[in-house]
Amino acid sequence: MQTILQSPLFIPLAVTIVIIAVFPLVAGYLTLVERKVLADFQVRLGPMRVGPHGLLQPIADALKLMLKEDIIPTDADQWIFWMAPVISTFTALTSFAVLPFSQLLYVADVNVGILVIMAMSAVGILGIILGGWASNSHYPLLGALRSAAQLVSYEVALSFALLSGLMVAGTLSMQGIIKAQLSHGVWFAFSNYGFMLVPFVVYLISATAETNRAPFDLPEAESELVAGFHTEYSGFRWALYFLAEYANMFVASSVAVTLFWGGWLRPFPSVAWLDPINYVLPFLLFFGSGAGSFLLVKRLPDPLQQKVLILVALLLILSGLVFLVPQVNHAVIGLFWFLLKVAVIIYLLVWFRGTFPRFRYDQLMNIGWKYMIPIGMAAVLVNALLGMT
Amino acid sequence: MPETTFLDSTELVLNMGPQHPSTHGVLRVILKLDGEKVIGTECVIGYLHRGVEKIGENRTYQQFAPYVDRMDYVAAVSNGLGYCLAVEKLLNIEAPPRAQVTRVILTELNRIASHLLWLGTHALDIGAITPVFYCFREREEVLKIFENYCGARLTTHAFRVGGLQYELYDGFEQQVKAFCDMFLPKVDEYEELLTNNRIWVARLKGVGILTGDECKEFGVTGPVLRAAGVKWDLRKAQPYSGYEQYDFDVPTGENGDTYDRYIVRMQEMRQSVRIIRQAVDRIPAGPIGKTPKVIKPATGEVYVSIEAPKGELGYFVVSDNSTQPYRMRVRPPSFVNLQALDRMVRGGLVADVVAIIGTLDIVLGEVDR
Repeated sequence: MQTILQSPLFIPLAVTIVIIAVFPLVAGYLTLVERKVLADFQVRLGPMRVGPHGLLQPIADALKLMLKEDIIPTDADQWIFWMAPVISTFTALTSFAVLPFSQLLYVADVNVGILVIMAMSAVGILGIILGGWASNSHYPLLGALRSAAQLVSYEVALSFALLSGLMVAGTLSMQGIIKAQLSHGVWFAFSNYGFMLVPFVVYLISATAETNRAPFDLPEAESELVAGFHTEYSGFRWALYFLAEYANMFVASSVAVTLFWGGWLRPFPSVAWLDPINYVLPFLLFFGSGAGSFLLVKRLPDPLQQKVLILVALLLILSGLVFLVPQVNHAVIGLFWFLLKVAVIIYLLVWFRGTFPRFRYDQLMNIGWKYMIPIGMAAVLVNALLGMT
Repeated sequence: MPETTFLDSTELVLNMGPQHPSTHGVLRVILKLDGEKVIGTECVIGYLHRGVEKIGENRTYQQFAPYVDRMDYVAAVSNGLGYCLAVEKLLNIEAPPRAQVTRVILTELNRIASHLLWLGTHALDIGAITPVFYCFREREEVLKIFENYCGARLTTHAFRVGGLQYELYDGFEQQVKAFCDMFLPKVDEYEELLTNNRIWVARLKGVGILTGDECKEFGVTGPVLRAAGVKWDLRKAQPYSGYEQYDFDVPTGENGDTYDRYIVRMQEMRQSVRIIRQAVDRIPAGPIGKTPKVIKPATGEVYVSIEAPKGELGYFVVSDNSTQPYRMRVRPPSFVNLQALDRMVRGGLVADVVAIIGTLDIVLGEVDR
């Protein structure tokens, strides 16, 4: 047992298994969060039926999708149609290999970490193109072509935005980037007199486009192309695309967090007297939401749902209390900060979706080539000059 | 015939609808595409054809009245008003003042409800998924007034030939006034979300331009015509139901593009509130009109048109001195406006087609009848 635990492969393998086992669930709950947040913007309640406040909705959705018949259109190119969602999901999950969840929790810390993510997200679009092409149907074809164009346009801007961050960090390794921020004592978003916020904004916009999120969701523009590239997909294969989309969203947010917002570092990592924030904030967050859930129990009509919500509330309070134990806190606080920041960026993406209309194809191209790329290049130049001082 | 080579691009024929999220019902548009560019369209309609006009020839005048609600089901009250006015003209009677004012209030409320539905779905087509819920929230208040008045929310059958069926319910004035007070700030709220939104403007400005002359050629009416700068509103041009007594403006646009049509409709909602406020204050006492037991107009024909939310809604009724119309013909604004679709989308992109279908504000129940 000791030898297993101390083997250098133990943590990477364990993290891999956990990611593969847990991420589908996380993605499911991301959809719930998205639906709830959107519902909040749109003066409605969102899912309320399955579980208290729809808490079990993702599980019901996943079950439904898995039990559905796997339909492959007669005229589709069968093998490619089969493979395309697998490619998308595979590449999206591969990117997780280099994500620095915390100081200890990561699969691999390769010295080209960010390149791996870039490469994987580029290959991931192949799944979309192939899926749209193999469907042998017009809407998916148009969706696939749009996504190809979108990828080419925004990959460049994205790279420039990342380049600015990488210059400041001086390394491509994801852990190295965070450690560089620790040694600089500042999140890179605020370094170079705050000029790093420009590449962050460029990154955020490009990443929204890369992950096909609104307002750049042209490949799957519902009102134009029905469902875009996955119009012909149903059941589990559709779920794979869905999983890939949310995985990409998570990865894109993680890269933003790692490169610009200090990864698993707490706010003001160099100010020692702020250390208690490691205890106070998670405790308040979890305990507060647990206590808040208790207030909601009475309003639920169904006794079973009440019990489930009490359980959820107790779990939240328990996790809040766990953060007060120094040993545990030390182990998980990095993960807490990382996921908290990722959650904020994902919230931002959902906010975009709730607020903005969709761009048109040509406008999307204009923004990519005429604004994002020049701004990204200028940001590289300015940050390079500022970094020299 | 030139030799075709591998490099020649072929046009892609995309069949949009009748099952499509943004063709507003069962419109089928066959698009000829060159990449994303639209080089031609063909509208296929008739999926919702119920033969309303023919039904009209086989029903008595009273029996036919509920059918007209099923044409433009979003603006059923306007349809009913047009029909009642046509038959009243045929009979040479007029509704009493109390009925006329009530008709104006309900029709203007219906105009707001119709425009709200248009705004919500139009925004949804452009990709803004939030305004539709705000619009439905306010539309609900209008529908509640209808429900309180006549028991139905959508296909109201609110009016009868010769006046009204029901007396106003207690608290009608208060509810309508409360709605007006609540509604105007909400219009500002929608405008805040959309009017100056850069993406919204970019998607609508210069898209689907239809000049005033083109509108006249096509017979396009309603907000689409007014957005092209033609100040033509039947409520002003040939007032009916006492519209001449109300003080309101006819908002017009300049460029005749999708953005102007959006602005015109937003302004129209404000003007409708203005009319409703004036009307509520002057509901006269008196009879609400009596429906003749037997409607048997003298031989003759009439054409009566009103300004429905979507444009000129006309009824052409021919009577042969029996209890059933000899011929019933409806001039539906949606149908006529839809003709202009091809002219508007040619040269645009696929995304523009959706925006233009949205901005024409068609209801397929009315197009197909």
